[in-house]
Amino acid sequence: MRQIRIGAGAGYSGDRIEPAIELAEKGDLQYLVFECLAERTIALAQQAKLRDPAAGYDPLLPERFRAVLPLCHAKDIRIVTNMGAANPQAAAERTRAVAQELGLTGLKIAAVTGDDVLPYLSNGHYRIEETGAAVADVGNRAVSANAYIGAQSIAEALANGAHIVITGRAADPSLFAAPLIHEFGWSLNDFHRLGQATLIGHLLECAGQVTGGYFADPGYKDVPDLARLGFPIGEVSEDGSVVITKVAGSGGRVTPATCKEQILYEIHDPARYLTPDVIADFSNVTVEEVGSDRIRIQGASGGPRPETLKVSIGTVEGFVGEGQISYAGPGARARGELALDIVRERLNLTGVSTSELRFDLIGVNSLHGDRLSGNSGAHEPYEVRIRVVGRTDSLAEAVRIGNEVETLYTNGPAGGGGVTKSAREVVGILSTYIPRHLVRPTVHYVEC
Amino acid sequence: MKLRQIAHSRTGDKGNTSSISVIAFDEQDYPLLLRHITPERVKAHFGNLVAGEVIRYEIPSLGALNFVLRQALGGGVTRSLILDTHGKSLSSALLDLELPDDPYTHEAPAQGDA
Repeated sequence: MRQIRIGAGAGYSGDRIEPAIELAEKGDLQYLVFECLAERTIALAQQAKLRDPAAGYDPLLPERFRAVLPLCHAKDIRIVTNMGAANPQAAAERTRAVAQELGLTGLKIAAVTGDDVLPYLSNGHYRIEETGAAVADVGNRAVSANAYIGAQSIAEALANGAHIVITGRAADPSLFAAPLIHEFGWSLNDFHRLGQATLIGHLLECAGQVTGGYFADPGYKDVPDLARLGFPIGEVSEDGSVVITKVAGSGGRVTPATCKEQILYEIHDPARYLTPDVIADFSNVTVEEVGSDRIRIQGASGGPRPETLKVSIGTVEGFVGEGQISYAGPGARARGELALDIVRERLNLTGVSTSELRFDLIGVNSLHGDRLSGNSGAHEPYEVRIRVVGRTDSLAEAVRIGNEVETLYTNGPAGGGGVTKSAREVVGILSTYIPRHLVRPTVHYVEC
Repeated sequence: MKLRQIAHSRTGDKGNTSSISVIAFDEQDYPLLLRHITPERVKAHFGNLVAGEVIRYEIPSLGALNFVLRQALGGGVTRSLILDTHGKSLSSALLDLELPDDPYTHEAPAQGDA
């Protein structure tokens, strides 16, 4: 049976660079996919594009492509990525420039646009999923709105001979489904196959998370050589089954357990995983070890694609200010608690207005609160780090939160050290759904 | 006995919703998960960390459960003031759940008995 080998070269925008080189070099791949776009990343990219029309794509794109393009060109490995973020066409131009620097010719680069739907939102009667409020009421707080587009336009670009396909807000699994649709000639109405393709994409899209990353728990779940973690390869058969594996000799492991964790990662109802391409059903999936670091996964299915597309709306939501300082040795905890009390009172005295404030003791209760931490007040850690964080309407007030922690150096309890502080604008994400006919992806090509 | 002895777990996030898988190391132990790791118990374990409902999905072919926890991430990863904005560490808290030492014969614990 014919097989396609797809590698995952990145699982998020800041991911490691070298595993993709290893995959291109030794993975015997036909496709290398880089998934680099989180919900909020595109809103930040949109803001960057507003400041500079040639910006708004993934800032690591040149570095990633310099690392892999020569190998991919030599071995005829095609690339699919959502590194276009808010500006796929500028990303394609930049990719061409990188290819020219490297002396590569005969490359066709596709940019998929059409996911930016901000102009449509004011006309429709859409509701915010999280709050139930009208989308129109978000008004000028909305800085971006991007619909999740599916595999169709990516597959079209591949059919037209593109060596590199760069999208904006495409659904993560669709980046992987598109090469399979193209290579195996699967119909966009074959929802059984698209359910399988979606499972394969879902397994691979977080890269190292299926090869032993985000998994190790010493003594319970041991993973070798995480510093050299290999990224995954999906060996996909024409019947839609897949073997997940990695380059021999790379770090990490592929086991039934790593695959099961990734199958269920961030899905809600496993029988109804919605993408633009299909409503996928993972509820009968099985996992079988067929060799060392070789796991066969099958049994996914699916039903007709949703009539609406999810839209992520980026909104400006004020500012967050934060400060931290550490105490150690006998009485560390009491001094940390005193420090929190001082900052609390100082924020009142100096009139810093906040809509939400947190006072944490890192090392005691900052992650899960007092009850789960078993924090009755008796626990005496050797060291403790306090954290004060608050939400404000202005950057100036956010800055003052960190400053009130910093002034503890000379005005607070004994032995406070290691202050860090920060203040930042918050871009939040809201979701809505719009009819899919409003979204018309377009493919643009540049060549070199 | 802790849940950690027989199961592993991974947390994911979508907006203000956390999803946490609980997967039996040995698929033979799946009935124990079904019996002892109820949505009521998970909700009670997390207490005020989870403001919304807890839904449980069953995946017998993987020997696994998948929990969906609404309003569990301080407003969502993009705006939360919580140190762990994604809630990545929640899976470790869930694995700390206590199971009876003889879980096959023991009745499911009462709600909130964490």
